[in-house]
Amino acid sequence: MKYLYYPGCSLEGTASEYDASVRAVMHSLGAELAEIEDWTCCGASAGDAISYLLSLALPARNLAIAGKQSPRSDVLVPCNACYLNLKRVDDHMNRSTDIREKINVVLAEENLRYGGGIKVRHLLDVLVRDFGPESIAANVKNKLSGMRIVPYYGCQFARPYSDADDPQFPVSMEPLIRALGAEVYPWTMGAKCCGAGLMTTKSEVALKLVANLLNGASEADCILTICPMCQMNLDSQQNKASRLLGKDMSKSVLYVTQLMGIAFGLSDEELMLKKNLAVTAGFQTKLRSASSRA
Amino acid sequence: MNEQSSGATTAHGGSAAAGPLDPIAEKVSACMQCGTCTGSCANAFAMDYTPRQLWRLVQLGEQDEIFRSTTFWMCSSCYYCTLRCPRGLPLTETIQALKRIAFARGTYRSKTSPVFYSTFVDNIRRYGRVREMDMMTRFFLRLKHPVAPLRFASLGVKLLRKGKISPQMPALFAKGKLDGLFRKVRELESES
Repeated sequence: MKYLYYPGCSLEGTASEYDASVRAVMHSLGAELAEIEDWTCCGASAGDAISYLLSLALPARNLAIAGKQSPRSDVLVPCNACYLNLKRVDDHMNRSTDIREKINVVLAEENLRYGGGIKVRHLLDVLVRDFGPESIAANVKNKLSGMRIVPYYGCQFARPYSDADDPQFPVSMEPLIRALGAEVYPWTMGAKCCGAGLMTTKSEVALKLVANLLNGASEADCILTICPMCQMNLDSQQNKASRLLGKDMSKSVLYVTQLMGIAFGLSDEELMLKKNLAVTAGFQTKLRSASSRA
Repeated sequence: MNEQSSGATTAHGGSAAAGPLDPIAEKVSACMQCGTCTGSCANAFAMDYTPRQLWRLVQLGEQDEIFRSTTFWMCSSCYYCTLRCPRGLPLTETIQALKRIAFARGTYRSKTSPVFYSTFVDNIRRYGRVREMDMMTRFFLRLKHPVAPLRFASLGVKLLRKGKISPQMPALFAKGKLDGLFRKVRELESES
């Protein structure tokens, strides 16, 4: 299967391990990724706070290029915020012909035009719907038995656009985790906000949300994330969260593709596991015992 | 902006001239003050006015009070209020619209959020993509707050040591990659 790939800015920087593991795992599954040529930032949540038109023109630019590059391919997006922004364009263009025209007047600056209709898909949705637990299980070389994994979806994966999963209690990661041979740790916080959007500006607020999530996952071996913002926030604030709650909040926080890659037998280098800030000793011991059983 | 000026009167029943808040007041005019938004909001604990109270202020046209409030800068765009609003109001979008008006008016109690958003967007204009290190450096410089960078120092060191951020030289005199696109957006926005 062929996809147009929109990595997003974080995957070039602080989330380079997400980018590497997405490419490695998709390759293992036999998918072909073609990066959108000369893609630019989707605007994140900052674009919309400054200009409504800009917040649509930026993602529309990428979709217009995608349409020229490969009109029938879905666009695969690994970041929740980019996914929402790219997906939002069609929705808002359909709400108002005025905005549709304005977007295209802006895009004409770069000799581009977007008529709508490019399908924007979150990485998780592609993994679950296009490949499915059976073909994922078929690639597993090291079963992750005995591991309790917390699926964390974050907010913008299924809100406001809920075609990939339930917007309040998403479940799509569960069959995938089981396909890797691991257990799903039951919790109800999968779609709760981690406050990543406030990490720089209101860090004390974001920290409370992070501490709450880490606390909810305290009995699990690993939190599985599908968004570079969530991963960074949950991964980097653990010392502060530990001080806030007065107990050890260390937890391994992996990208879904990193855990899949481990089960697929891909190397630590391919998955860039060293780039995660927190991969706990307990998690590594469990990993070793899982692979020695294989 | 897609919001058309509605010319709606304020909830005071006054005949206030069409103002920037009118389209927003129209969007939340059906709010029945049930408080589901507040109950759903992850960050309500840190707000001066709860989301429900903010919508009431909007209905009442209390401009000064609204823009003195910290509420909309505390929104992390999780869309939970939008999902659960029994009246189906686009609350998260409306919060974003309030941020834009506050930004345009230049009225805000703390400049951290507006400076962050505008530095972020300026980075997109310059390079097309956000260069995290460059963006954060410019953010701290514009914040002119000597202690602010210290709160991020330990994280910055960790990220550098992990090779997660590459120190890049800022392109001071280069042409911005998206200058044309940004100019056109500004042009169209000043027309409407």
